[in-house]
Amino acid sequence: MRLSLDEVRHVARLGRLAMTDQQCEAMRDQLDSILAHFEALQELDTDDVEPTSHSLDMANVYRDDEPAPSFDRDRILANAPKRDDECFRVPLIMEED
Amino acid sequence: MALEAIIGLEVHAQLLTRSKMFCRCSTDPSAGPNTVVCPICTAMPGVLPVINRRAVELVVRTGLALNCSIASHSIFARKNYWYPDLPKNYQISQYELPLCRDGYLDIDVNGQKRRIRIRRVHLEEDTGKLYHTAGNESRIDFNRCGVPLMEIVSEPDMRSADEAREYLVALRQVLRYIGVCTGNMEEGSFRCEPNVNVRDTESGAKTGISELKNLNSFRAVHQSVDFEIARHTRLLQRGETVPRQTRRWHPSDESRGGYTDVMRSKEEAHDYRYFPEPDLVPMRIGDDWLSEIRAGMPELPQQKRERFVSQYALTPYDAGVLTQSLEFAQYFEAAVAACRAGQVAEAAKRVSKWLQGEMSRLLNETGQDIADVPARPEHVAELLELVEEGKLTGTIAKEVFEEMFRTGKPAPQIVSERGIEVVGDASELERIVDQVLADHAEVVAKVKSGKTQSKGFLVGQVMKATRGQAVPQIVNDIIDRRLGV
Ligand SMILES: [Zn+2]
Repeated sequence: MRLSLDEVRHVARLGRLAMTDQQCEAMRDQLDSILAHFEALQELDTDDVEPTSHSLDMANVYRDDEPAPSFDRDRILANAPKRDDECFRVPLIMEED
Repeated sequence: MALEAIIGLEVHAQLLTRSKMFCRCSTDPSAGPNTVVCPICTAMPGVLPVINRRAVELVVRTGLALNCSIASHSIFARKNYWYPDLPKNYQISQYELPLCRDGYLDIDVNGQKRRIRIRRVHLEEDTGKLYHTAGNESRIDFNRCGVPLMEIVSEPDMRSADEAREYLVALRQVLRYIGVCTGNMEEGSFRCEPNVNVRDTESGAKTGISELKNLNSFRAVHQSVDFEIARHTRLLQRGETVPRQTRRWHPSDESRGGYTDVMRSKEEAHDYRYFPEPDLVPMRIGDDWLSEIRAGMPELPQQKRERFVSQYALTPYDAGVLTQSLEFAQYFEAAVAACRAGQVAEAAKRVSKWLQGEMSRLLNETGQDIADVPARPEHVAELLELVEEGKLTGTIAKEVFEEMFRTGKPAPQIVSERGIEVVGDASELERIVDQVLADHAEVVAKVKSGKTQSKGFLVGQVMKATRGQAVPQIVNDIIDRRLGV
């Protein structure tokens, strides 16, 4: 096993996912097989390969600092699970771990 | 124990762009809630960000002003965390390869020069704003979400709350000079999070770092850093361990002084799982672009201070006060340039004194910015020349200036509208002096016999005769000449 159950729980917690022990075990197996694929990649000799941060060989794609009209508020709020006239509404977040 | 405070500052500055970082929504802070939002800045599925070139240039400009090395190759990264003000559940930020690194800012603390090193300056996006309601819900306004934000991280080089405040003041001054940020702390366009701990320089023992939040004024930064240093010192002396924590500052109120308390402990907070942003290609700052940005750099506060000292023969103190804001410095220079007569240094001295005196007093009283004052620099120059020529007394000039400050009318107009008699004609003043001397022969005799303190009486009589509109120093000179003392 490449991952411990505690590591899976930690990742679940970071993603704010509530998971049962059973789900954690299933997820560990799946994540494990993903990591196995990466281990296969690590066997390649990349000594002569320049590191890149992006799959496209491009740089400097910019736009000018010109504002454009935004979206209508009602359209932006349309799919919100909960809203009022002006804002999205969400459950109160308590500021602590 | 020989204890020493270790303070580093993280500053977030909103960049002065017209549109957001990755979409074309306006950055207008006065827009109604959720009216400057679009699918990109609210993270609707399938959207892609595009980098605002201006924001990159403003960060590079900041890096140059802070003596940083500018990365020729720089990338964005995703910083992953969950919070309702962040609709993507990640913030596009920079981690490896920030735009600027390894700079410094020189500050002056109680007359001593200190060099504070800058670790990095990077570009990211701001989050939305949460408003807590009375119930158990929050309201979210995403207008601020995606506004370009620059993070400036210092090395932990500060050793006192005074140094932390001076660094922050100097940093804000630089950002304002180069036009990248308004520097408004109350409105949150310039935010500061100090990292504070204490070290025993003999044993090497250290307390855990406190990261301080909720500081929206220089005063709050100073007080909270002081509070934390004292708290860490106390605990370290007692031999207690101080854990790494994020702490919130509570300003003082009637019931108690300001204090900090724990917001969260740090175990999980730093697990942001950064990785290169796949939606954005790298930035390359070539020599051409860099020299273009460099060419657009204005004079920095320190350069301006030094030039004021050499060009206008001002003291370093006066140069410091006059260059506190770019607008103030520009006003000063325009007023000196508008002075006709005499040497530059003389004119500069007069203008400097007036701006630091009357002008600053009225600016403080009215809360105005010098750029918005109707009285223009050339009007101030003209007023000061009337004083210099002895046509207005200092007292009258102050009155005239109050009206000028409000209305922008030139001094001669105010003088004639108010019917102020300008006692400028030297021959008329001499005539009045002669009359006073003739009327008070016994006092004249006293002065001549060496009782020079009686001269004040004669000056007073002349002032009375001119209804306070003569210049005492000039009257004094005339009397001296007449009496040969
Ligand atoms: Zn947008």
